[in-house]
Order: sequence, then structure tokens, then C-alpha cells
Amino acid sequence: MSIIKKINEEPKEYQERALDAVCINESHLTHPWWHNFKYLAVGLAFGIIFVKAEIISWFRIQEMFRLQSFHMYGVIGSAIAIGALSVFIIKKFNIKTIHGEEVEFHKKEFNKGQVIGGLLFGLGWAITGACPGPLFAQIGTGATVISITLLSAILGTWVYGYFREKLPH
Amino acid sequence: MNWIYQPWPWYVAGPLIGLIIPTLLLLGNKSFGISSSLRHVCAACIPANIKFFKYDWKKEIWNLFFVLGIGVGGFLTMQLMPNSRAINLNPKLIDELSTYGITDYSNLVPMQLFSWENLFTLKGMIMLVVGGFLVGFGTRYAGGCTSGHAIMGISNLQWPSLVATCCFMVGGFLMANVILPIILTL
Repeated sequence: MSIIKKINEEPKEYQERALDAVCINESHLTHPWWHNFKYLAVGLAFGIIFVKAEIISWFRIQEMFRLQSFHMYGVIGSAIAIGALSVFIIKKFNIKTIHGEEVEFHKKEFNKGQVIGGLLFGLGWAITGACPGPLFAQIGTGATVISITLLSAILGTWVYGYFREKLPH
Repeated sequence: MNWIYQPWPWYVAGPLIGLIIPTLLLLGNKSFGISSSLRHVCAACIPANIKFFKYDWKKEIWNLFFVLGIGVGGFLTMQLMPNSRAINLNPKLIDELSTYGITDYSNLVPMQLFSWENLFTLKGMIMLVVGGFLVGFGTRYAGGCTSGHAIMGISNLQWPSLVATCCFMVGGFLMANVILPIILTL
């Protein structure tokens, strides 16, 4: 089922949730809540990689934006390469999820937000040395003051939601 | 077993991160993305009758488990297998940062900037509060962050994600090279 068709057919709640999201995750199966622990496990692995490869280091981000090191370009570039190969293989061989569901991919429509919002996020990324994922990992490593940055990021998301209708898209 | 205590090179970390994409897809049809978790927190805690936050956040609760896992992963790594040697940085960066009085490389974030004592200074306020706000506001306005756009979006060949990623980089270059040097001398 195409995503457009789906948005037209599904109830309003789905449309609201789909706004400005890269992904909307609608499983047609319902699982007990403890199934979510598998995502906690994947997150845990991600957190370990973040620290071990110094991806959450403010210094590494400064190097990246000054073109002083290849490290972060290598990390992001090779992640995209493996990600793209995986997506290709899943599509090509129509690989199903472990529960036998069809894997769904979502089209992303272009809007001005990707430019304006992208620039604003870039400014913030170079100040904090962290995109949203590393914020959680930095707090975990004991930099507790980053919880203020996280709260501020949540506030920023909220303010965006508040002014969303008035912003150019 | 030495590698456990060494920092991992990019060609180990990058492909492992790339493998998170099929893992999430195959475990339960989840698209890799992190910044959405901030929106789900808003929807769960302070929806305030705003249309953008009036949706059933419980359907996306996996995302909150995922980011909680990232925090726990960071904690456990520091406790059990921290990197045994100090971060190996470009000497040019070390020179530049020393002119702003940043000399402490013992943590992943510079403790001379990111500390509770600095929170109520002008510089600290900009770095921690304004920086965080830009990350939250910008990622949602852009519809995703490094994970959702740069890694998941480009992997799925979505050109708007490539546009967004280029804009992230432009913003970052501008801040790191032009604006941040001014902030750091405050």
C-alpha cells in the first residue's frame, strides 16, 4: 500500500503523526509492551559505538567542521554505504521482518523546512557538538549538565510545534 | 581483547551504525531516526492542545526505548570499557582551542565549557541552552537529524534528505569557523 493512499485512508491521528516526520512507524501487528526491549538493546549497542568511536566527542565534531580529520566523514559515509546496501537488499529480495511483515519504506517530500531547519540544526550541532542521539549518550557518560541541553532541545521541538503553522514550509 | 579498550576506527564504527538500519527494519519495521523522540516527549508530557503534538505517542514508544538504550550504552561503556588513551586530535585544533583556554581533553565534552558552574555564564548559556534549542527546533523543522536524514534518508535514496544533510553541513561549517570563535572569546 502506498504511503499516500495510506494517509488518505487512515484516521486523522495518523496524519497528525506523519507531519514533518522522516518516518512513521505503523506496525499492523500488536505486541506486548515488553517487545520494546529489543529496541533498547539496539540503542545500547548504538550507545557503545558512540563512545568507543568518539562520535559523541565535541572535539571530533569541531575537527569535522574544520576539515581537520577524516574520522567523522568516514563514520557517516560508511554508515550510509552499508545502510544503502541493506535497503537495496531488503527491497530486491523482498525480505520480511522477523514477524513476517512486509518492510515499509517512506517517501520524503521536499519542503523549505529541510533547508531552513537544516541550517539551524547545523548551527546547533557545531555549538553542542552533538546531534540528538549523542546528547543521550553524553548524559550517560556522566556529563550530567548535557541534560540541560536535552531539555532545551525538547523545548525547541515544542516551540517549533507551537509556531509550525506560521513557519514557511 | 585489547581492542575493547582502544578507541574504534571509523571503518569499524560506521558499518556497525549502518547495520542498525536493517536491524530496526527487520526487528519490527522501524525506520532509523532519533530526533522524533524529542517530539514524542513533547506529545507525552506537554501537548498543550497543539495540533503537532496531538497524536498517539504510545505507538512510537519504541523510539523512547531506543534512546534510553543509547544513554545506558554510554553509561556502561564508561564504566566497563572506557577508551584507554586520550583522544588523538589534529594539532591545529588543539592550538586553536588553547587560545580560548580549552585545555582539558579528559572527557568527551570539554569540561571547561560544559559544566554546571558554567551554566549561568553567558558563554555557558549560549553553548548549553541556545545550542540545545537550535538542535531541537532545527531537527524538527528539517524533519529529521543526522540519523533520520543523513543515514536513513540517503540510504533510502531520498533526495530531500540529501538537501537537508548539505544544509546541516553548511550550518555547521558557518558556526564552527565563523560564529563559534566569537562565542568562545566571550
